[in-house]
Amino acid sequence: MNKKFVRLILALMMLAGICLTGCGNSDTLTLNVYNWGEYISDGSEDSFDTIREFENWYQETYGTKVNVNYSTYASNEDMYSKISSGAVSYDVIIPSDYMIARMASEGMLLPLNYENIPNYQHIDASFKGLYYDADNQYSVPYAYGIVGVIYNANVVDAADVGDWDLMWNEKYAGSILQYNNSRDAFGTAMYKLGLDVNSHDKAVWNTAYEELMHQKPLVGSYVMDEIYNKMESGEAAIGSYYAGDYFTMRDVQAPDVDLQFYYPERTNFYIDAMCIPSCTQNKELAEIFINYMLSEEAAVANAEFTNYASPNKLVYTNEGYMADMGADAMKILYPEMDNFSERYNQFAYRNMDAEMLDHLNTLWENLKIN
Amino acid sequence: MKMKLSSKIYTGIIFAFLFAPIVILLIFSFNESKSLSVFSVFSLKWYKELMNDRNTLETVRNTLVLATCATAISTVMGTAAALGIDRLRSRWYRAAMNTVTDIPMTNPDIITGISLMLMFVFVGRLFGASNSLSFWTMLIAHVTFCLPYVILQVLPKLQQMDKALPEAAMDLGCTPMQAFFKVELPEMLPGIITGAIMAFTLSLDDFVISYFTSGNGFETLPIRIYSMTKKTVTPKMYALATIIFFVTMSLLLISNLVDNHDSRKLRKRKKSQDRQTSSGLS
Repeated sequence: MNKKFVRLILALMMLAGICLTGCGNSDTLTLNVYNWGEYISDGSEDSFDTIREFENWYQETYGTKVNVNYSTYASNEDMYSKISSGAVSYDVIIPSDYMIARMASEGMLLPLNYENIPNYQHIDASFKGLYYDADNQYSVPYAYGIVGVIYNANVVDAADVGDWDLMWNEKYAGSILQYNNSRDAFGTAMYKLGLDVNSHDKAVWNTAYEELMHQKPLVGSYVMDEIYNKMESGEAAIGSYYAGDYFTMRDVQAPDVDLQFYYPERTNFYIDAMCIPSCTQNKELAEIFINYMLSEEAAVANAEFTNYASPNKLVYTNEGYMADMGADAMKILYPEMDNFSERYNQFAYRNMDAEMLDHLNTLWENLKIN
Repeated sequence: MKMKLSSKIYTGIIFAFLFAPIVILLIFSFNESKSLSVFSVFSLKWYKELMNDRNTLETVRNTLVLATCATAISTVMGTAAALGIDRLRSRWYRAAMNTVTDIPMTNPDIITGISLMLMFVFVGRLFGASNSLSFWTMLIAHVTFCLPYVILQVLPKLQQMDKALPEAAMDLGCTPMQAFFKVELPEMLPGIITGAIMAFTLSLDDFVISYFTSGNGFETLPIRIYSMTKKTVTPKMYALATIIFFVTMSLLLISNLVDNHDSRKLRKRKKSQDRQTSSGLS
């Protein structure tokens, strides 16, 4: 028994040693990519394995081996705290718009050299010069989304559908879902009332608070990811989320549920864009990677995998992609909008200063307690 | 042993709360569709998907490598520490040592995690490294929080042991080394094994400390699952959790069997000893 145990430990240690020596070769370049979880086509369900394909492509083109270290995060704030701790260096990150504005103002991003990113020309003009990166210095858009209202057409009358009022309709008391997150919940009320979601006036936030208090008796529950299961099973009938996520829900809805989707007049937009943080150790390689992500093959695969809309012309004009998504999905994901940039700059959430954030949190706590 | 109806119900409720979540996870890992609410058709699709998911499997490998190394190191270090503490003469000093080694155990994970990260970054800066966090920092962190559990398991075994035993062995011609390996180690072994198993499971499912001390390129499974929560966690993870559950289950079974075997042997030995002493008296 004694000897066996010792042998077992030794064997395990050797195994660990073998696993560890597997990596680490001085001729190999390393690229550290830090991205949202489940946000890149990873080869599952026979999809395109973006990271591996990039490694192969790089070796064929440049003759050098590159090893991509791919890590994931769950929120902009997680990513921000990891990078600002100064403990790790990443070469490519994909933050959301407001976080890009913040990181750029704090000097945490490097200006890109577009000579290494020729595919940037395929990005639609609407996505250039937006508020978070007005001079197009730091970021290359990766995906975007627009918030809409999802409802179960077997429960909700067609006559009641339209704008944000559906989420305040007393007829559906108990089956309405509201965000369990202060910014998004207040956003729905502010868009409904036509208020500025980035207001610096406390009175504006108080008005939105009153509106949410009116809604509270009607709300079945305040949710984040639980919205998927509640909508899919038919437990709830009305909720608001991103268009891309609506498809994820619709694909697995219960047989007696018929999920539909529409955009209210005023609503939230988000854009996630690829950036190079100032802690990078190989900026040129990072730029080559960003350029690769914009290539038709990779961009289409990623858009199909994530279900989110792509700002890349090569994607939404690709026939295979259009056929795979279907005409109705294309209509929802890429709504016709003449003044996208203007609407985006007006309606998208921006960074809030500490005082407003404090006020918002107090209101939110009151709402949840009362 | 007969149970009253009320105790049966009570036991039933406890077991339902303990195991219902695992059973649900298990059932939905065999679901053809992605939904958590609708069970469509039985299928092994997600197990197949899991086997094809290079990234997830790599994080599983990372987690296992880390847990194995952390267990091996903390078991050896913990046993040595327990031996040292046991041999301390001064009672006051021993109590102080015990308290100090317990601190990482009672400290909230988040504080251990942040303080370790700060230390690694600080030391890394001193040496001018831009990437101070890596596999090695995670390993140090895991050893740190596993160590007190090993000490806690081994120390009582040493205290239960008759101190005269190793002395008798040396009297009979053993070198101190031999006395340790032939007498003391077998006495401590059950404690060492339990400590090692505890260290392994703790290291395996630690999220908070790993999260703060992980560098780029070495991601463990808990961190990967956490970062999936922004979107839905795919049923692949249910499949993985089911597999992990059964592996730990069988490990526990084995260790319990070993334990039982040991204690039965011990009882037998005691019985025969008793018989000998009583016959000697008569």
